[in-house]
Amino acid sequence: MSKTFLVVAETRGGSLRQVSYETISAARTAGGTDTAVAAVLLGAGASALANELAQYGADRVYTVEHADLEHYNPQAYFAALHAVVQSAQPDAIFFGHTAIGKDLAPQLAAELGTGQISDVTAIEVDGSGETLFTRPIYAGKALEKKAFTAFPWIVTVRPNNITPLAPNATRTADTEAIAYPEPTLHTIIRDVVRNTSGKIDLSEAKVVISGGRGVRSADGFKPLEELAAVLGGAVGASRGACDAGYCDYALQIGQTGKVVTPELYIAAGISGAIQHVAGMSSSRVIIAINKDPEAPIFKIADYGIVGDLFEVVPLLTEQFKQALQP
Amino acid sequence: MNIIVLVKQTFDTEEKIVVEQGTVNEDGVKFVINPYDEYAVEQAIQIRDDAGGKVTVVSVGPERAAEALRTALAMGADEAVLIHDDRIGHDEQAVAAALHAFIAQEQYDIILGGNFSVDNGAGQVAVRLAKMLGIPHTSSITKLDIAAGKAVVHRDAEGDLEVVELPLPALFTAQQGLNEPRYPSLQGIMKAKKKPFRELSLDDLNLDVGAVAARTARTELQLPPARQAGKIISGEPAAQAQELFRLLRTEAKVI
Repeated sequence: MSKTFLVVAETRGGSLRQVSYETISAARTAGGTDTAVAAVLLGAGASALANELAQYGADRVYTVEHADLEHYNPQAYFAALHAVVQSAQPDAIFFGHTAIGKDLAPQLAAELGTGQISDVTAIEVDGSGETLFTRPIYAGKALEKKAFTAFPWIVTVRPNNITPLAPNATRTADTEAIAYPEPTLHTIIRDVVRNTSGKIDLSEAKVVISGGRGVRSADGFKPLEELAAVLGGAVGASRGACDAGYCDYALQIGQTGKVVTPELYIAAGISGAIQHVAGMSSSRVIIAINKDPEAPIFKIADYGIVGDLFEVVPLLTEQFKQALQP
Repeated sequence: MNIIVLVKQTFDTEEKIVVEQGTVNEDGVKFVINPYDEYAVEQAIQIRDDAGGKVTVVSVGPERAAEALRTALAMGADEAVLIHDDRIGHDEQAVAAALHAFIAQEQYDIILGGNFSVDNGAGQVAVRLAKMLGIPHTSSITKLDIAAGKAVVHRDAEGDLEVVELPLPALFTAQQGLNEPRYPSLQGIMKAKKKPFRELSLDDLNLDVGAVAARTARTELQLPPARQAGKIISGEPAAQAQELFRLLRTEAKVI
C-alpha cells in the first residue's frame, strides 16, 4: 500500500453515524486500490465500535479515549486528532460535512497549511488518475469539480450522497489506542441540550417533509410532524415559514439555511422561491402540495397535488400508516 | 472592545446562476453582504454600542467588494479594510493567509464572521483564521454574551444547543437567529463616506505569493441537470392521496 487515508468517524448516542460509513466509502473511491483506509474514533467507549468500522471497509482503527472528548470541544478534539495524524501520517483526511467535521477539518487544514475541499457529493478518478471532487456551490445552483494541487488532502463529505460499501461481517481491523495529549483547554462546554428526543437530523434524513407559509401557524406544522413520524423522516421549513415565526430557523432549508438531499422531499404549502429550491432540488423525488396551481414549486416536482395541505397531508399519513403496518 | 468582522461580498440569494465558458457570469448580478456575515456585522455593532470600542470590517476580494464594506460602514462599522490583489489564490487557505497577515498585526478582542458564505459554501476561512492566530473559537453561534473578559455563547450543532464559555480574544461565526441585522439609514450612508477605508495589497502585508497560493483548483463548472415538471395528480383529496401513494410505491419506488 503506497498511501494511507484517514477517516474521522462519528458517533451519536453510542452508535456510529451513517455518514461515517459513507465517508469510508468516499476515501476508498478517492484512494483507489493502493490506499489503506484507516479510521479514527474519538471519545469514551469508542473502541467498542472498531469492528463495525472494519466491516464497512476500514483497514485500521485508531482510538483516543478521554473524558475531555465526551462532548465536542474544538480544542480537545483538535488535539486528539492531531496526535493521531502525527502517528498515522496520512496522505488525506476525510470527515463528514457535519457540525463536528465542518469545525474540525478547517482547524487541521490550517495547522497543516493545506487545502480542503468541503461538502463533497461525488468523487471520481479520471483517465489520467487524478481524483476529482464534485461539490455544489450557490447551494446547488451550480456544481464544481475540484482537485488538490498539494498533499495532504482534507475533504468533508456531505451526508446522504455517497453509497457506503456493503458490510462484510468477516472483516476485522487492527486497532491502535493513541494517548490523549491533555492540552490546556480554554474552551469549556457548559451544557449540551439535545434536540427533542427521537427527531431525525435534517441533513441525514431519507425523508424530509417541509412546510412553508401555507402552514399558517406554528400549529400548522403538526400534520407534517405526524407524517414525518410515520415515514421516519425529518421536518423542515422554508424561509417564509421561519420569517413568519411559525418555526425555528434551525429547520430552514435553502440557500441560507440547510441544504438537503433526501430520497423523498415533500413540500407542503411552499411556493418554491429560488432561495428554497436551491436547498432541496437535489432530492431524489420531490412532491409538491399547494393550493396555488401556478406555484413555481410544481415546475420542479415529480408529483404535484393542487390542494389544501390540511386535507391532503392527514390523508397521506393515513395511507402510509395502513400500508406500512407490519 | 476592538472587534474585527470578516465580510464577503456574494451574489444575492435570489439570483439565477448562469455558467459561461466555465465560470459564473456576473453581468447584471446584484451583490450583497453574505447574509451570515451580516449577522456578524450587526453583533459587532451591538457589542461596540454597549461596551465602547471600534468595529473594523475586513474583506478579501475583488474591487467590487468595496460596496459590501461601504454597506457595513453605513450600518455602523467604524473602519473598513479591503485586501485586494489578483495574486491571492482562489481557495480558503489563500484567503485565510491574507486575512491572517493583516489581523495578526491588529489589536482585537473579538473576531466575528459568518458561518459560511452562500456562494462557495465551504465554511473554512474563519475557523482556519482562528487556528492561525492561535485563539479559541466557537462556530455557528446563535447567542453571544460578553462579560469580564469572557464570552458565553450558544452554538447550534445540527439542532442541538451547546452552551460554551471561552476567554477573549476569541473568534465566533454567526448562525441564523443570532440577531436581526439593521438596514443602513440615510444618515448612516452619508456618514460612511467619511469613515476610514484602507485598500491593501500583498506588498502592504509583506506577503509573498507562495503564502497565498491555492492548494486546490477548480477543473470544471456546470449547472446541475434541470428538473422537469412531473405529474399533477387530480381528483378528490382522498383519491389524490391514494394515487400519490401508489405512484411512490410503483413508479418512484421510494416507499
